[in-house]
Amino acid sequence: MSPALSRNLTIAFFVLLAAGAASPMLAGSAKFPQWLEVVLGGLMSGVLYSLVALGLVLIFKASGVFNFAQGAMVLFAALSLVRLMEKMPLVAALAVTVVIMVALAWVVERLVLRPLVNQEGIVLFMATLGIAYFLDGFGQSIWGSDIYNLHVGMPKEPKILLEGTFEGGILVSMEDAVAAVLAAIMVAALTIFFQKTGTGRALRAVADDHQAAQSIGIPLNRIWVIVWSVSGLVALVAGIIWGSKLGVQFSLQLVALKALPVVILGGFTSIPGAIIGGLIIGLGEKISEVYLGPLLGGGIENWFAYVLALIFLLFRPEGLFGERHIDRV
Amino acid sequence: MIYRETGQFKTSYAADQQLFPIVQDRVFVVAVIAFAFLVVPFVATEYLFLAILIPFLILALAAIGLNILVGYCGQVSLGTGAFMAIGAYSAYNLAVRIPDLNLLVVFILAGVFATIVGVVFGIPSLRIKGFYLAVATLAAQFFVDWLFARVSWFTNDSSSGSVSAPPITIFGYTIVTPVEQYLFVLAIVCVGALVARNLTRGAIGRSWMATRDMDVAAEVIGIRPMRAKLSAFAVSSFFVGIAGALWAFIRLGSWEPLAFDVNRSFQLLFMVIIGGLGSILGSFLGAAFIVILPLVLNQLPTRLGIPLSTAMISHIEFMVFGALIVFFLIVEPRGLARLWAIGKEKLRMWPFPH
Repeated sequence: MSPALSRNLTIAFFVLLAAGAASPMLAGSAKFPQWLEVVLGGLMSGVLYSLVALGLVLIFKASGVFNFAQGAMVLFAALSLVRLMEKMPLVAALAVTVVIMVALAWVVERLVLRPLVNQEGIVLFMATLGIAYFLDGFGQSIWGSDIYNLHVGMPKEPKILLEGTFEGGILVSMEDAVAAVLAAIMVAALTIFFQKTGTGRALRAVADDHQAAQSIGIPLNRIWVIVWSVSGLVALVAGIIWGSKLGVQFSLQLVALKALPVVILGGFTSIPGAIIGGLIIGLGEKISEVYLGPLLGGGIENWFAYVLALIFLLFRPEGLFGERHIDRV
Repeated sequence: MIYRETGQFKTSYAADQQLFPIVQDRVFVVAVIAFAFLVVPFVATEYLFLAILIPFLILALAAIGLNILVGYCGQVSLGTGAFMAIGAYSAYNLAVRIPDLNLLVVFILAGVFATIVGVVFGIPSLRIKGFYLAVATLAAQFFVDWLFARVSWFTNDSSSGSVSAPPITIFGYTIVTPVEQYLFVLAIVCVGALVARNLTRGAIGRSWMATRDMDVAAEVIGIRPMRAKLSAFAVSSFFVGIAGALWAFIRLGSWEPLAFDVNRSFQLLFMVIIGGLGSILGSFLGAAFIVILPLVLNQLPTRLGIPLSTAMISHIEFMVFGALIVFFLIVEPRGLARLWAIGKEKLRMWPFPH
């Protein structure tokens, strides 16, 4: 497929997507405020997907590892935090959890990544599958496997906005709004870290070319520990937000699986891609669930994101912002 | 001393290309099959059949299917559970809606349906590779889970969503006891393994392996990527579909979509990795390992006198699986099958060091 055709098809895909999103309103089956509510809800759950996706992208950029264990890391971080909070104040628990996540990054680098250096990507991917299983078992055997409620002071009450403009106003979950703000802050912080600090520059160098980075004296092993720690912290933030929304439990894992279509839609190597992909997936999922779901028998949330990403990949195999890959023999 | 090909001369191409060129291998395989058919039915206990042998054989068949796709053709799939589900539910629907159909035909048709769906979900593999494909196959998994849970036509409008297999009757003979079930599964698995082994060493298997090793290079030397990839998806799904039908009809009896969820897919992938990517023998070894390990982990603490809760045991099972995956990928990326091959090499030289 030529680049021009590919581009046109991509544009067509988005036009169709936008038309699909707007169609319930145009068809008159829904009133504008309700539609806006659904859209906002979708965008905000999209932000939460982006949070998990961000961790995936960070690791992939710096080490070329597609980290399937990101979901397990989210669960592990949230579990550690919630159980530590029973014994100590919030700030201390947070600090200890951060230490745990950094230690985890170090152990992963030592025991898994270092022996597997220079292996094919798919081997590393399967190794992270192993890490995911291990972390699930480990986390639940030391912290327990009940459902825990996480209270870190997030506002629970939904708010009604724009009451003057529309009749009845629109309902916005404050929890989601706070999460969106937190996500924005984190993305900004990560951007500054990547663009303005020496370590960030080293990370970008490693992402561009492992061997070249190594040859100018960037210590690969340390960079990996740093990047896994950073994505451990991202996992912690995602775990806090998801955990206080749904309760800390095993099913957080499945929510984290939703980050996979997000990254393949956005492209593995792009931080903005993770954000925009998350928004598209969240939006598409909510709108399809509310307006298409009843026609198909409900529950389509579970697969819609994947099928959306799959169809999109047929047009643009490298994702939205991914680097175009040229194969050489 | 005992295992050596010295003196075994081949005087024709046919002799050189046979399935097991070394006499000892041939004798060993025939002996194992004879043992499985003639001795095991008389000596094994019911527990052994139901808890170990039947699950092992069925999962080995599924692992062979997945190994064709992942190990031979290099297309990582996380949707194996979905293809098993398709096999199971199409066998169920065929058996219930067309009661007169011979059950062997039902199983084969179940494989055919799985093949069709497999090819459809394999089409993206022509454009996308590696992790992207692995995630794309998750689409198949979640879509199929949803389909069988929500569309009541597939479950024959059963109110609870779970379905029960009709009795297995072949040529007027009904299979009821564990021994009969075992022999039935064993026969199918033997045929399946033979077919898989021959496919993988023939032209089509070579085209899969070339695609796996480097798809661009394979295309340059004249292998059609579309045909190689889609045929791998088709053959793999056929095996997996039949295994799914067997798993549902013989192992489970009555089941719901949850029996074929994403964890089943991971379990099969682990079998293939631990057993050995790109090896039929490895599929059997991996399946045996994964079937037996949880039983051992369940028994061990009680035997050693350490009381553990069942929840704890299942967590430890997760940990051990995870650690083993990483361990095998680091120490022996080609799995148990490779260890077996190394052992045979050693045996060839024994008792001399060189």
